[in-house]
Amino acid sequence: MFVELNNLLNTTPDRAEQGKLTLLCDAKTDGSFLVHHFLSFYLKANCKVCFVALFQSFSHYNIVGQKLGVNLTVARERGQLVFLEGLKSSVDVFFQTQEEPHPLQFLREANAGNLKPLFEFVREALKPVDSGEARWTYPVLLVDDLSVLLSLGMGAVAVLDFIHYCRATVCWELKGNMVILVHDSGDVEDEENDILLNGVSHQSHLILRAEGLATGFCRDVHGQLRILWRRPSQPTAQRDQSLTYQYKIQDKSVSFFAKGMSPAVL
Amino acid sequence: VTLSEGARAGIGRELGMLDSLLSFGGLVLLRDSVEWEGRSLLKALVKKSALCGEQVHILGCEVSEEEFREGFDSDINNRLVYHDFFRDPLNWSKTEEALPGGPLGALRAICKRTDPGPITIALDSLSWLLLHLPCTTLCQALHAVSHQDSCPGDSFPVGKVSVLGLLHEELHGPGPVGALSSLAQTEVTLGGTKGQASAHILCRRPRQRPTDQTQWFSIFPDFSLDLQEGPSVESQPYSDPHIPPVDPTTHLTFNLHLSKKEREAKDSLILPFQFSSEKQQALLRPRPGQATSHIFYEPDAYDDLDQEDPDDDLDI
Repeated sequence: MFVELNNLLNTTPDRAEQGKLTLLCDAKTDGSFLVHHFLSFYLKANCKVCFVALFQSFSHYNIVGQKLGVNLTVARERGQLVFLEGLKSSVDVFFQTQEEPHPLQFLREANAGNLKPLFEFVREALKPVDSGEARWTYPVLLVDDLSVLLSLGMGAVAVLDFIHYCRATVCWELKGNMVILVHDSGDVEDEENDILLNGVSHQSHLILRAEGLATGFCRDVHGQLRILWRRPSQPTAQRDQSLTYQYKIQDKSVSFFAKGMSPAVL
Repeated sequence: VTLSEGARAGIGRELGMLDSLLSFGGLVLLRDSVEWEGRSLLKALVKKSALCGEQVHILGCEVSEEEFREGFDSDINNRLVYHDFFRDPLNWSKTEEALPGGPLGALRAICKRTDPGPITIALDSLSWLLLHLPCTTLCQALHAVSHQDSCPGDSFPVGKVSVLGLLHEELHGPGPVGALSSLAQTEVTLGGTKGQASAHILCRRPRQRPTDQTQWFSIFPDFSLDLQEGPSVESQPYSDPHIPPVDPTTHLTFNLHLSKKEREAKDSLILPFQFSSEKQQALLRPRPGQATSHIFYEPDAYDDLDQEDPDDDLDI
């Protein structure tokens, strides 16, 4: 996890808020560093994490996780991490017979209406185990990324329904958190992605938006991060809702600074 | 306890257009966006209805009942009836708890009531309904609900029905939004500047011109409305009243000012291309002593000199 980002969000693994949906979106840049941040953040907070990883392989996340101080293999063996590796298990849908529907069953069906099997997988993974002792603090669902489901043929409303049900179970019933990544293609013709992005935005409590610089690629400033807090439980008279920072990604950390205040420029 | 008409009008009078939204009934569309969310205003209007003694039904599709009721005190919560479509709207859990008929069935059941008091129905949210139901079905249901008090076929005289619909503008195309907008008696569009929310209210009353107004507001933690004059002063760019404005013409190396004599000379100067009567006379009358001018021309070898005037045949 990136300590500077924790400071900007005013949170630490020990005292993070529960029952919140965080939306990560990226436009014209790669926002996956935010996914790695939250994965290591919640593993360090001793949460039970269900990671629906549709974009990269397990070893990719493991390598980056080790730089950030978490070991995904050990976490998976301990039962703290439930990892759905989309790239590998999508092949299992076709080559393995299973009694109960596979989470990615929609790949097989011509007219897949909904993502109910995927939701049941998540619910099963995060349901509290009646072992008597509470090993993990609270459950967390991480999805990387949701736009892949659109490319695989699901409609935007079906994906929104999946997020709705996950929110009802993970955030409301189990008092856990959700972190979802959606790409913003910026393509005016991609209406389904816009509906998905806006629909999840309206449901989220915190939006982190990584954008490339408007002026193009830069060696010392990799992009700009906009932080938008929504849906406070108490509406306040004056809300300081939105902050913008620029960032530079290094090997094991990300440094944040105010706009125009990059150390390379000062 | 129901308040008298006079008391209700009194509460409405002092609070302006934003607060009298519900007094006319019909459909009120609350259009919000990602940056300016509208659920707080929806809850504030729900609270106002409840305080006026109306019964309030909530069709909750987007947030849980606990989250919606949060911030209301118990006497308001007692007046709210929450129809829960959040936990399992599509009946994925296949239990018996699912409400039959879905959200529209619940809406029609609310309207088949027998008591004649006014009711308010809050749809949280219309966007959810629009994404899951055909637009035409939804519009027909909304039309039937919001025009119920004018329907002559009912055997019971029913009171005023107000429908508050929360609509997330970015999720829908212009067609469905336009259809809902034409059904609505009032549209409130949320916006604002940094730190200060505003509501642009467009009212359409039958046989009257549509009126619109922009109202700045904020919402207290107990969901009562605080109407304001404009964006608060702190949000304007910083200007120090003690520093006098600087006059840029004081320290120049050239002279920008004219003396009185220079100004008079300037004003009396005739511009070269201004055609006045003096100039006309000067051109028409040849000045004495002016020699007439001649043109001397040496023809070249190949010149064709024709003494005839080519313009002779023109009849001017």
